[in-house]
Amino acid sequence: MALTTVDREPGRFRNASPGPQLFILCIIAMTLMVLDHRNEYLTGVRKTLSVLLYPVELLVSAPANLRRSVNETFMSRSELLAENQRLKAEALARSARLQKLTALQAENARLRALLDSTSRVAEDLLIAEIVAIDLNPFRNMIVINKGSHDGIFVGQPLIDADEVVGQITRDRVFSAEAMLVTDVDHALPVEIARNRLRTIAVGTGELDRLSLPYLPRNADVSEGDLLVTSGLGGKFPSGYPVGVVRTVQSTTGQPFLEVAAQPAAALNRIREVLLIKPREAAVPAAPAVPAAAGDEQP
Amino acid sequence: MARAVRIWPAVVALLVAVALEVAPLPAVLQPLRPPLPAMVLVYWTMMWPERFGLLTAFVVGLSLDILHGQLLGENAFALCVVTYMTLRFHLQIRIFPLWQLTMTVFALLTLNAFLQVLVEGVAGLGTLGLRQWPRVISGTLVWPVLMGMLDRVRVQNESSRGSY
Repeated sequence: MALTTVDREPGRFRNASPGPQLFILCIIAMTLMVLDHRNEYLTGVRKTLSVLLYPVELLVSAPANLRRSVNETFMSRSELLAENQRLKAEALARSARLQKLTALQAENARLRALLDSTSRVAEDLLIAEIVAIDLNPFRNMIVINKGSHDGIFVGQPLIDADEVVGQITRDRVFSAEAMLVTDVDHALPVEIARNRLRTIAVGTGELDRLSLPYLPRNADVSEGDLLVTSGLGGKFPSGYPVGVVRTVQSTTGQPFLEVAAQPAAALNRIREVLLIKPREAAVPAAPAVPAAAGDEQP
Repeated sequence: MARAVRIWPAVVALLVAVALEVAPLPAVLQPLRPPLPAMVLVYWTMMWPERFGLLTAFVVGLSLDILHGQLLGENAFALCVVTYMTLRFHLQIRIFPLWQLTMTVFALLTLNAFLQVLVEGVAGLGTLGLRQWPRVISGTLVWPVLMGMLDRVRVQNESSRGSY
């Protein structure tokens, strides 16, 4: 080709025929894209490659980790004392509440036995930290520092201290990608805590807004209602708070209400998340609810 | 003639660009993050076409797809096409004055963004669209600075065989 003759080191010119090479690589790329999009064939490939790229992840999150550890090392004594005191007070308050919980749990189990209904499953929690890595800026996704190496699986729900955060979408062995509930592709079966009205909370792409698009105009919903997970769909356990209804708008001529809810805490400020792990002994079969209620990303 | 061109600084530059693509930024600046891997790749393909080319582009693209959690092959495809264009015209664009080169880079970055939007559109993911423009523009604005930096790296490492 013309390029070769002009170059100074013709013998070493590797890209002497970029045309055919481009053709082959494009075919490979397209095959990858189709396989990745249509099926789950490439999970293994993705896992392997992401393990290879793990050093990059470590490198990128190193400055943030360093800052954190420096902060912890050089905290002053008085600050530590103050924090200790605060945590002690918190622990006391919580354990006082827990005393009641044991009794209530026992009572709940008794009542459920009387009603012949299945008992609630207890869950184990695993703490993970959010890695300081920015994913696609147009998606609400995060990376956490636990992966299948630590027993994490795709579809596992994530919560933090006071709300549902999201679910694991992809496993990177030593870390994992998670989709937040506010992502545009995320839908979460919820119910209104006040009257157990079931609906679906859809992400909007904004970190502080969820939308409830499927409520009819006569639905009993008002500002300030608490949304909790309904447990339908089988992925999220029921009863975890999701957010609070902020605006309810009814437009004449529209069949549905426009309801916006706000997640209970700032999703962009969380640092640690809890992973819910159903206990092996009593895993219930996924309830056979209509597919529409499944928490799915298309 | 000595062909003792040290290649590792260029590889390091590429790695740093890939790492910076996922480095944490304040939320306000995130949409403005320049597409550094594509730009560094264009630079090395243009300057050292005998070392960097389509295979490099493919590998860099796949790494980006994994790190971003995007469709596997999306960035690889876009970067391959961009690199092909650079490779095809590298003798012309190498001698462009800076402003013309910057315009060329703008065109190449637009092509890169367009191909990604196209792929996402075909796949029915459609999340990007117009929001790619800030990245393309910030990338174009950053190009002269980046080029100055990479030029120094290049001249230092090929001094043994003279320069272009």
